Amino acid sequence: MVQVFNALGAPLLSFFQYLGELVLLTTDTFRSIFTHKLRWKLFLNQIVEVGLLSQLVVVITGGFTGAVFSAQTFFQFNKLGMGSAVGAVVSVALCRELAPVLTALMVAGRVGAAMSAEIGTMKVTEQIDALRALAVYPVDYLVVPRALAMMVSMPLLVAECIAVGIAAGYFVAIFMLDINGTYYMANMVRWTRSRDIIMGLSKAFCFGILIVFISCHKGLTTREGAVGVGRATTEAVVNASLAVLVCNFFLTMSFNIIYPAGYQ
Amino acid sequence: MIEAPPSLEPSIKPRLVASKSSPMIAVRALAKRIGQQEILRGVDLEVITGETLAIIGRSGGGKSVLLKHIVGLMQPDAGEIWIQGQNIIGMSERQLGEIRKKVGILFQGGALFDSMTVEENIAFPLREAGERDPEVLRSKVAEILEVMEMEGQEDKMPESLSGGMKKRVGLARSIIRRPSCVLYDEPTSGLDPVVADSINRLIRRLQQRFGMTSVVVTHDMKNAFDVADRIAYLHEGRIYFNGTANQLQQSTDPLIQDFLLGRSEQGAAIS
Repeated sequence: MVQVFNALGAPLLSFFQYLGELVLLTTDTFRSIFTHKLRWKLFLNQIVEVGLLSQLVVVITGGFTGAVFSAQTFFQFNKLGMGSAVGAVVSVALCRELAPVLTALMVAGRVGAAMSAEIGTMKVTEQIDALRALAVYPVDYLVVPRALAMMVSMPLLVAECIAVGIAAGYFVAIFMLDINGTYYMANMVRWTRSRDIIMGLSKAFCFGILIVFISCHKGLTTREGAVGVGRATTEAVVNASLAVLVCNFFLTMSFNIIYPAGYQ
Repeated sequence: MIEAPPSLEPSIKPRLVASKSSPMIAVRALAKRIGQQEILRGVDLEVITGETLAIIGRSGGGKSVLLKHIVGLMQPDAGEIWIQGQNIIGMSERQLGEIRKKVGILFQGGALFDSMTVEENIAFPLREAGERDPEVLRSKVAEILEVMEMEGQEDKMPESLSGGMKKRVGLARSIIRRPSCVLYDEPTSGLDPVVADSINRLIRRLQQRFGMTSVVVTHDMKNAFDVADRIAYLHEGRIYFNGTANQLQQSTDPLIQDFLLGRSEQGAAIS
């Protein structure tokens, strides 16, 4: 038994230390947001990096997810004579789960990796020490613009993913599977409530925060040169993706208390 | 209430120069361990306002670590560092920001921001200080580049600069806000003798023109003799010698002689 605790002790301690460091970075960043001047140019640059340059990824993710989900739902529902319910299922699933999670996973891979690699490279080439030596606090300069850009961009990207997914699902259902468009739309509008959209966008905001702090923390704690940058980037993407999936479950359960699914 | 730095005990061995002027920097009993290795074992050192002090010692002997402690980039395990009468140990990063405006540092590789041009790198501290007028920024950058003998290089990216040019740009960035003190980490390492000499001249010129206090960490003896008013020899984590260049050259201490002549222990034993 002692051996089990001994074996578990070090990884557990380092895990809690990691969580503590993430919390400290998050606290420091929010304090900086409210007490220090925002560097608008850096913030807008990050909006371009996070939001604008993720358009293609998000459109393709949303479009093909909506399309395939629409088709699969139709194949199952049609046997029960419920083909016209496809619109409602696709719409609610995209709003509450698919769009926030899939967009977050794509953004973690594209933006989180870039953030971690960029900050990590700055760390190992002493550029972060140079920032500090020039009396610039790295959290103000590097983390705050990225965090704000992520908080603004993620809900917009998820909204876009939902819209494109619904449009693609509609296209597949109406033009490829011959579902009646009027019933499809009527059911979709009837069963999709504003709370579904609020839930999706709230999740997007939370996932954005998870991705940005996990990625920036990995970058800021990078060691051991080029190998370290590679390792930090991989760990940032893996940790952020896992955090999104795990937190999604708890967010779903929590939000379902506030915004119960299917409640009329 | 922050107290003035107490004067150093005569722990420096042998202590050849007694300082009479006020110290810009005072390091007291500084100790640092990294992993299993004890890098600094109680460093005591004073840097007088306006002087150039060279810290020499073998590679991996803790010179750069000492320099990073002085500007607050590393936290020691024990000891004190006083900058113009303020003990910086235990200060937060934001409090250290005020100290760092007084003390610039030139990193070994220049540590230029690789996504910015030369002009943007040099203007960075001014922008951060709130200067937004492009004309003012451009003229100040041009002025400092002239001092660095690098006129017309404003639009180049760091990746297209040579090692010596990177160090000059790094130096320009460090001094553009006119700090009271500049710390140089191996300013001539990896440079050919001609470029190294131009860097040495630059360090002297900055001291004469702007009256800056300088601390030069080096293992290049020519660099140390060329620029220093005083030389401190860091050996096994302590200041082993502290005196003028003449006193260093006249020292009969075998350890110092070995270092000056570039003689390894085995070499000394054979001869």
